[in-house]
Amino acid sequence: MQDTKILTAGDSSVLIQFGNTIDPEINYRISATVQMMREQHIVGVTDIIPAFCSLLINYDPRVITFAEIKERMEGILKMEIKAGAKRKKVYEIPVCYGGEYGPDIQNIADHAGLSVEEVIDIHTSRDYLIYMLGFLPGFTYLGGLDERIHTPRLANPRIKIAAGSVGIGGSQTGIYPMDSPGGWQLMGLTPVKTYDPEREIPILVEAGDYIRFVRIDEDEFKRIKELVDRGEYQCVVHEGEV
Amino acid sequence: MGIRVLKAGMLTTVQDLGRNGYQSQGFSVAGVMDVRSFKIANLLLDNPENEAVLEFTLIGPTLQFTSDTIIAITGGDFQPTVNGEPAPMYTALYMKRGDILKFGSARTGSRGYIAFSSYLDIPVVMGSRCTNLKSKIGGYKGRKLKDEDYIGFRIKRRYLPYFLSRKLDLDEFDEEEVTLRVVMGPQDDMFTKQGIHTLLSETYTVTSDFDRMGCRLEGPFIASKNGSDIISDGIAFGSIQVPAHGKPIVLLADRQTTGGYAKIATVASVDIPKLVQRKTDHKIRFQAITVEEAQKLYLEEEEQYVAMRSQIHTPCKEVLDCRLVAKRISKLFA
Repeated sequence: MQDTKILTAGDSSVLIQFGNTIDPEINYRISATVQMMREQHIVGVTDIIPAFCSLLINYDPRVITFAEIKERMEGILKMEIKAGAKRKKVYEIPVCYGGEYGPDIQNIADHAGLSVEEVIDIHTSRDYLIYMLGFLPGFTYLGGLDERIHTPRLANPRIKIAAGSVGIGGSQTGIYPMDSPGGWQLMGLTPVKTYDPEREIPILVEAGDYIRFVRIDEDEFKRIKELVDRGEYQCVVHEGEV
Repeated sequence: MGIRVLKAGMLTTVQDLGRNGYQSQGFSVAGVMDVRSFKIANLLLDNPENEAVLEFTLIGPTLQFTSDTIIAITGGDFQPTVNGEPAPMYTALYMKRGDILKFGSARTGSRGYIAFSSYLDIPVVMGSRCTNLKSKIGGYKGRKLKDEDYIGFRIKRRYLPYFLSRKLDLDEFDEEEVTLRVVMGPQDDMFTKQGIHTLLSETYTVTSDFDRMGCRLEGPFIASKNGSDIISDGIAFGSIQVPAHGKPIVLLADRQTTGGYAKIATVASVDIPKLVQRKTDHKIRFQAITVEEAQKLYLEEEEQYVAMRSQIHTPCKEVLDCRLVAKRISKLFA
C-alpha cells in the first residue's frame, strides 16, 4: 500500500500505480485488486486495464467523481488481500513444435547452442504468468521465459504470422491470437483459438492466469483442430490457490 | 430498406461510443472521434444515446436511400447535398426513397457524422456496433465502407414529434488555432519543470500523422528528467504521450490499450472534439486545469445536451402561429 499511488489520467480515468517493477507479487496484487473491485461493484466504472504494475480505471464522471473513486479505491487498497483472493488458473496450451509448424525452431536452438529437443523441453518445463493482455486482442505478455532460450527477433519481420503461432521474441514467449505481422521466431503452432470473436467468451485467459505449453504431435494437432473447428474443444485448466 | 454506398469517401466507418469493457483483453475501444457531434446527431432524432452512426473523414461518402427515413448530419461542413440541392446540417432531415445524399470534402473540420432514425442494421459484437479496424471486428464486416456496400435499417420510418423544431445551432469548426485544456498526469513527474512549461506555453502544429489512433504534433522539445520509457500501462482517450523525441502524441479512439511511453497529461473530454476536427498544419496550445474543473466542464456539457433536447421538443414559432390562427378562426364559428 505504501508505494501505491493514485494518479489522475484525465477526467474519466484514474491510474493506480503499484511500484515500478515487473514482479509476480506486484502483479498478483493487481489481479487481487481487480477481483475485489468486481466484488465491491463500483457503480460508474466502465473499463479496467490491468498492466504489469498498474491498473487504469475508466469511469463515467456523470456517475462518480474523481474524489469519490479515489476514496473507494483507497478503501479497497487498504483491504488485506486474502489468501486465495485470486484462484490460480493454469491453462494447458497444446503445441505442435518444429517443422512447418515452427519454422524458426532451428534458429532458436542454434542461438542457444542446444538441440531442438532441449529447446522444447525447456519451453514446456514451466508455467508462464500472464502479466497483462494488450497490443492485440488476447495477446498475452508472459513472464518467466528461461534465459537459455532467449532469442533476438527476426531481422526481417514476417508480413503475416498465422493465428496460433507460438514464438519467442527476445526475452518473451507468447501466442499470436490472430493473423498479424510480426518479428518473433516461430517455434510451434497451437490448434487452440486463444481468441475467437464468434465465441461467447472471445478470449480464454486473463491477466494473473498462467499458461503451460504441452507438446503434441501432428496427429494430435489434427485431432484437436477438428474439435476446435466444431466448437467442441475445451482447454485443460488446472485450478488451485496461488 | 437501407442505404446503398455509391461512393465510400476516404474513411467512412460505423461507430458508436466504443467497445468498452474489453480493454483488459487487448481490445481497443474504437468508437467515434468527436463524441459531441455524435451525441448531437442522435439527439436530434431522439435516438438512444449510443446508437450507431456513420463517421466520415476529410472526404465524405455519397449514399442512396432505398426507403424513407429521417437523418441528422453534424460535425465538420462537408457541403452536403440531397439530389444536388444544398442540405441543412444540425437538423432533422426527411429522406425519401431514391434520394441521393452527397458529401464533398471538409470545408471546415475534418470529421462528419450521420445519424439515422431507422437505426443501421449492424450486428452488436461484444456490446458495440463500432468498427475496430485493427482487429477487424464490429461495424460493417469489420472494415471501412467501400463503394457498392449496402447497409439495411433495423426498423421502418419512425414518427418524430415536433419535426419542425428539430434544428440546433451549428457548431463551428473553422478555427485554425485551438487551446486544449488538459489535466496533468499520470506521469508528469517524469518531465522537467522546463518540459512542462514548454508544453503549456508553446504552440504545436498538427502533422499529417493524424488518424483514428492518434495525432502527432510538431513543436518545441519537451524535456524529460530521465527518458520517457515506462513499464507499459493503460492509455486513456486523449492521453498525451511524449516519447524520447520530445514531441507530443495525443492518443485517440483507436489507441492501443497499453503503451510504454510516459504520458504528461490528458486532454479534457470536452476538448477532444476540438482536436479531432483539426487538419494538418493547424495550431494547438495547451492549458492546464484541475481534474475537478475538467469534470465540471463535462457536466456542463451534459446540461447543454439536456437544454438542446428540450429545445427540440418545444413547438416552433411557425406551428404556434398556426395554432393561434386556428384558435381565432374556431372562435368565429363558435
